[in-house]
Amino acid sequence: MTYATAAPNLARTTVQPRIQPPPGGANGLPRLLPRQGAVPVDLRTHRERHGSPPYRGSSGRLIRVLQESGLTGRGGAAFPVHRKLAAVIEAGTKPIVIGNGAEGEPASDKDKALLWISPHLVLDGLQLAAEAVGSRAVGLYLHRNSRLQDRLRAALAERAAAGIDRAPVEIIDAPPRFLAGEESALASRADGGPALPRFKQPRVFERGVAGRPTLVQNVETLAHLALIARYGPGWFRSLGSAEEPGSMLCTVHQTDGTKDVVEAALGTPLWNLVDLEDSTAGGSGGSSPRANTAQAVLVGGYHGAWLPAWQAAQMTLSNASLRPTGGFVGAGVVVALPADRCGVAEAARVTRYLALESAGQCGPCFNGLPRIATVLDELAGSRPDPGALAAIRRWAGLVEGRGACHHPDGTVRFVRSALHVFAEEIDLHERGRCSARAVRPFLPLPADAPTTEADWS
Amino acid sequence: MRKQLGVDPIACTGHGLCAELLPELVTLDEWGYPILSDRPVPRGLEREARRAVTDCPALALKLGRAS
Repeated sequence: MTYATAAPNLARTTVQPRIQPPPGGANGLPRLLPRQGAVPVDLRTHRERHGSPPYRGSSGRLIRVLQESGLTGRGGAAFPVHRKLAAVIEAGTKPIVIGNGAEGEPASDKDKALLWISPHLVLDGLQLAAEAVGSRAVGLYLHRNSRLQDRLRAALAERAAAGIDRAPVEIIDAPPRFLAGEESALASRADGGPALPRFKQPRVFERGVAGRPTLVQNVETLAHLALIARYGPGWFRSLGSAEEPGSMLCTVHQTDGTKDVVEAALGTPLWNLVDLEDSTAGGSGGSSPRANTAQAVLVGGYHGAWLPAWQAAQMTLSNASLRPTGGFVGAGVVVALPADRCGVAEAARVTRYLALESAGQCGPCFNGLPRIATVLDELAGSRPDPGALAAIRRWAGLVEGRGACHHPDGTVRFVRSALHVFAEEIDLHERGRCSARAVRPFLPLPADAPTTEADWS
Repeated sequence: MRKQLGVDPIACTGHGLCAELLPELVTLDEWGYPILSDRPVPRGLEREARRAVTDCPALALKLGRAS
């Protein structure tokens, strides 16, 4: 995969981009990716722009800055970064720090794009996080993508030659699985085992890799951290809201099938990211919508939630806006589904994929997800069994909250929102009709998704 | 201090013994996996709860502090 096409589409963001964030209180975008986007930033260019990593000289000192910044994890869970760092310090000595670059979500490209284009921001953040918790054992968890791993190895070699890293960084292989980046799966993989989620007691930050307190941070989170360490919390907060400050990388899929990695401020209207023009106008005049009109928007990826296009047009890229509808920002996947596709069929395809990506360790997930997928498949066809909807709802209630990881919960969120948003389409199917005029699948899935037990390492 | 039942869902293999020993607090779903009551273990059932925990063939049932 190349990222030549993954340049941030800044024309769509609300804030005018500036060439770089100058020290001392600049605002604007982009922050994480260079303005010219596609050109990978080498160490010399990176240091000209940002200088060397601003080490604090002792552990703990960066934490207050991060607390003031309000930075939260950009891997999807939005957990406050300073609290995780403080918990790792409190949990004991000799902590381990791992940058999480596993991006198993098929609709997300933002971590790969960031690692490819701005590896040194991520690596600065990794070193600074390690210093903040007093760690000399540092890892970077990357998919077995040789080009991306080679790029990061080259970046690490540049840094070693320049002598700017205080802790050596070990690259850890992540399998191409949806759950590979789940924190406890990462810890298991770093211990030399399969990338399977573990039971969460004790937590990874208390006793993770090799039984040591382990800090796991998403690579985008580390890049933000590297900038906050330089330019301060006030600069970081100059974008976003008081509750959800800063910016985030999004992978945005338009109805025409194109996608971009875009950096946007938290609180950006969704219509600024995807084209919802025709839905907001509200005056289609009763004629059937054009194929390229968005009928629904998926926010938060395959563990996220669907919104009807009219509702998405009133929403912003923030949990404050999305949570009341059952959704969340997640890792910033935003997909506009064109009007000519069947939302039920799309949801059924993805749910089947999610069922196959169950680690198969917890009974309710192992038993429930395939059943939900099978009956959702039936709903996607003509004249489904009248009991199909009720069966899915019952199984959804049975799997929710009963897994060691969040996979059943995220899958259920996706399925329930699909049943709600595509209710009219399901009605049509029950009468033997379907409104779709295009059958080509829209939501991206891996072409060769692995499915065997050997594929978790 | 009140106690609460918990289960390690990875360790649990759905033997269902817990539901036999403690039907007041454990029911089984349609696949045989336990659904635990979210209320604390009543004083009168503490002995039965401890027995269910120690007898679990998969050592998946836990008794922890009620939140």
